[in-house]
Amino acid sequence: MGIESALPEGIITTRLDKVINWGRKWSFFCYPFITACCGMEYMAAAASHYDIARFGAEFPRFSPRQADLMLVVGTISHKVAPVLRLVYEQMCEPKWVMAVGACACSGGFYRNYSVVQGADRIIPIDVYVTGCPPRPEAFLDGIMKMQAKVDTESILSRRN
Amino acid sequence: MAESITIRKLKERFGDRIKVVPSPFDGMDTVAVKRGDIADVCRFLRREEDLDYDLFRDLTCVDYINETPRFEVVYHLYSISHAHAVRLKARVPEEDPTIDTISGIWVGANWFEREAYDMYGVKFNGHPDLRRLLLYPEFVGHPLRKDYPIDKEQPLVQLREEMKGVR
Ligand code: SF4
Repeated sequence: MGIESALPEGIITTRLDKVINWGRKWSFFCYPFITACCGMEYMAAAASHYDIARFGAEFPRFSPRQADLMLVVGTISHKVAPVLRLVYEQMCEPKWVMAVGACACSGGFYRNYSVVQGADRIIPIDVYVTGCPPRPEAFLDGIMKMQAKVDTESILSRRN
Repeated sequence: MAESITIRKLKERFGDRIKVVPSPFDGMDTVAVKRGDIADVCRFLRREEDLDYDLFRDLTCVDYINETPRFEVVYHLYSISHAHAVRLKARVPEEDPTIDTISGIWVGANWFEREAYDMYGVKFNGHPDLRRLLLYPEFVGHPLRKDYPIDKEQPLVQLREEMKGVR
């Protein structure tokens, strides 16, 4: 879907990998899927004091079609799960997902009829950030982990 | 403690049909009402000038699973002009979980009754729009009943662990 679709089979592009990953990891366009209290910490992380712009991820896009990093922040209930899946499916490749907070990672302390026990039962998750809620530092640490993961990818592996 | 005006007036008007029950926790006037009387009692509390219960505060339900009648609908009312409060309790049996609506007396009760219906399955006769309030329409059962299985889930989308070929 990205630049990799322009390359024919059999070409190995280590240097191109590097430069593309470098561009991708320093320009995350976040789609904040915020449903609960953890959202406050995301707002703190995104504001000037913690300054997510240092990581090039300061620009939230409220259209999934313009975003490549989805932030699942807060409790995911069974009622909202279809929306989460739909939004994820509308994002273009390449795309990544970060689960922020105990609720998004595992359901948190809500073990009941209404809460999905982990957003990874609905969509694939790349990075899990623990905490209830995670401090903004933890959130930024998650962004750095996400960058490290993007750095290990090859544009060949996503081509299909 | 001297009898409050609420209790006195209710006793005058309804006699044996109501029963004052002790409320040691907070000392609030608490009255057990037969479920057929609930609308009459509420209308009386709302309209009587010395009582003037103009603020509907809360409505909820309790599931006493081992007792008959099983459910108890609890009402909290308040009067802004007189600054007094009352709690009403009405038992509702499991076989016929219905009680009259009070949403025509206080509009605020509308969504509370929908919530009680959603969570406990108590039906409110005469309610203008008795749909689930919080859960999705596809949901089967009433989850705050004590016999609803604690781990039961009713997903709307296929979960990834059930999909074939998911990485
Ligand atoms: S993990 Fe804690 S802070 Fe975050 S959404 Fe859940 S309950 Fe709220």
